[in-house]
Amino acid sequence: PRGGGAQGRHCRPTPTLVSVTVRGPRFRRLKIGAGHRLDVKASGVFVLGIGHGNKLLTDLYNCHLTKVYTVGGLFGKATDDFSDTGKLVEKTTFDHITREKLERILAVIQGTNHKALLMHSNIDMKTQEAYELAVKGLIRPMGKSPPIITAIRCLQLALPEFQLEIHCLHETQQYLRKIVHEIGLELKSSAVCTQVRRIRDGVFTVDDALLRTQWNLQSIQNAIWDCQLKVKRELEKTLG
Amino acid sequence: MALWARQGSRWCCLLQAARAAGFPRRPRSCSSPAQACRGFAPLALLPSRNDVLPWRLQAYRHVSVGSCAPPDSAKDGSFSSPESNLPSPVKQEQAKAETLPDLNAKILYEDWDDIPPSSALEEISEEEAIQIIAEPLLPLQSSTLRDYVDHSETLAKLVHLGVDLSQVEKRQKAGQLLLTLDFEKDIRKILLFLKDVGVEDNQLGPFLTKNPYILAEDLEALETRVAYLKSKKFGKAEIAQMVSRAPYLLLFSVERLDNRLGFFKNELGLSVKKTKDLVIRLPRLLTGKLEPVKENLQVCQIELGFQHNEIQQIVFKTPKILTTSKKRLRQTFDYLHNIMGIPHHMLTRFPQVFNSKLLRIKERHMFLTFLGRAQYDPAQPSYISLDQLVSLPDEVFCTEIAKASIQDFEKFLKTL
Repeated sequence: PRGGGAQGRHCRPTPTLVSVTVRGPRFRRLKIGAGHRLDVKASGVFVLGIGHGNKLLTDLYNCHLTKVYTVGGLFGKATDDFSDTGKLVEKTTFDHITREKLERILAVIQGTNHKALLMHSNIDMKTQEAYELAVKGLIRPMGKSPPIITAIRCLQLALPEFQLEIHCLHETQQYLRKIVHEIGLELKSSAVCTQVRRIRDGVFTVDDALLRTQWNLQSIQNAIWDCQLKVKRELEKTLG
Repeated sequence: MALWARQGSRWCCLLQAARAAGFPRRPRSCSSPAQACRGFAPLALLPSRNDVLPWRLQAYRHVSVGSCAPPDSAKDGSFSSPESNLPSPVKQEQAKAETLPDLNAKILYEDWDDIPPSSALEEISEEEAIQIIAEPLLPLQSSTLRDYVDHSETLAKLVHLGVDLSQVEKRQKAGQLLLTLDFEKDIRKILLFLKDVGVEDNQLGPFLTKNPYILAEDLEALETRVAYLKSKKFGKAEIAQMVSRAPYLLLFSVERLDNRLGFFKNELGLSVKKTKDLVIRLPRLLTGKLEPVKENLQVCQIELGFQHNEIQQIVFKTPKILTTSKKRLRQTFDYLHNIMGIPHHMLTRFPQVFNSKLLRIKERHMFLTFLGRAQYDPAQPSYISLDQLVSLPDEVFCTEIAKASIQDFEKFLKTL
């Protein structure tokens, strides 16, 4: 722009500065896509894709990898939405609950879910290949299926609180809360879910995750760089 | 504007000198220069429309634009529709300097009545074709100032001053305003006035970005308002600070400023000196809406349960509490009072906790509870004061207060 010299300004602004103040910032939007959903009351690992990474998100979804949750529960209460912030429906005693009983129930749950897993994977169980895959633990449904729990165990039990670790596929957090409620019912008591935390989503773990204070360009770039190799390897292994 | 009348009269003289017969002056419909020039069609010798003949040598085009101006300024004097004349003053600035001498010669030596202008379909030789300069026309309407920056000295000087035009053009009518003003005549006076008031040189750019409307204000009105503030015993440096931090301040008339100062004095019940101090520290109070302030005060009194003198103390220490959102205020208070168990008098002593982010308070409190060091009662040992809880950066908080490493803090946060 001409005519700037007359006033004797101390220095001319550089062309890039001038163009920003006239045109506005160059980049206004980023394409960000989200991986598996995490609802409002839950916390934990949440995978996001930026720009071209969104295509990788679709591929990761098609890999149908398991997710691992830490679910915290409380015996003695039942609410309408299975969480501790809902409307109270009933109160029960829980002194009779022991670790043994809990583990028995968990084993039953794991068993039924395993059957569902084999059924939805559409594999003929009588073949040698199926046996080998099963031994390696690689059988899983590669298409749509209802929520399936592949593994469930109790991390700690300190009445009335307890904590479970759940490996699952195609689930929603509300389904996990319902499982907690059902465990309460099976134990002839009642339970509500106090915490749902995702500690692993496919190849991404809590250690890779960025905290709120780390949401800046440098950390995000480092995180992307670190996970690149893992993601590539997993995609090659599963999708070929 | 005087500028246009001057130019208009110049064009008038030229055209009258050239013409054999006078021409009827039709009242111009103010929609576009092109349409207006069509109004002069009976004079037929002028090319009637800008856009049809872009390849005409520059002189003709500027003549047509120039001739549209005279009836406007001669008839009504005031620029009733500056919008439609947007490109014409810009083009006139160019035309005025460059083509005036050419035009003078052309008009005096050509006889308009005898030789009809060559039609657009006539064939011309190669050399002539090369000599034609076809500049792209300035758009008559545009949603950004980018198109006009190269042609307008005013805009160029503003950019050099540091005004961010991309922000300004998003405001209502601000872009329009900047294009119609002239740097030398109007803007310079206001800039000098602002410098007098005490706004720093490097602050002028951001100031105008936030408040471009001040350039349209009357200088005397602005001076009256500054005089009013001085009469209320605000010092010069204080006025400079207030004006820099609340750019809209000088747009308010004296009565409005008076009303607002009165409002704060009555609502808060503070002395005159304290109210002034408050306003100097947060001049945004004077320029913002008053309803939210009243509502915030109600919330503090009724919902949060603070006494009147406690509210006065809190507001004096952290005036920002009057402008925060009510939801945030309620949530923060709820957590501090009910979950952390901090009584009202402690909150009155450290009102800066209301300004900090709730997430921060939650994280740090949960970490301290996990370590067993969450002690906010000054009577007990290893007491942690609230302002240290919120204002220290993470590293210092971890090492000094929590006596743990920052990696532990991060690991703990990942378990929440």
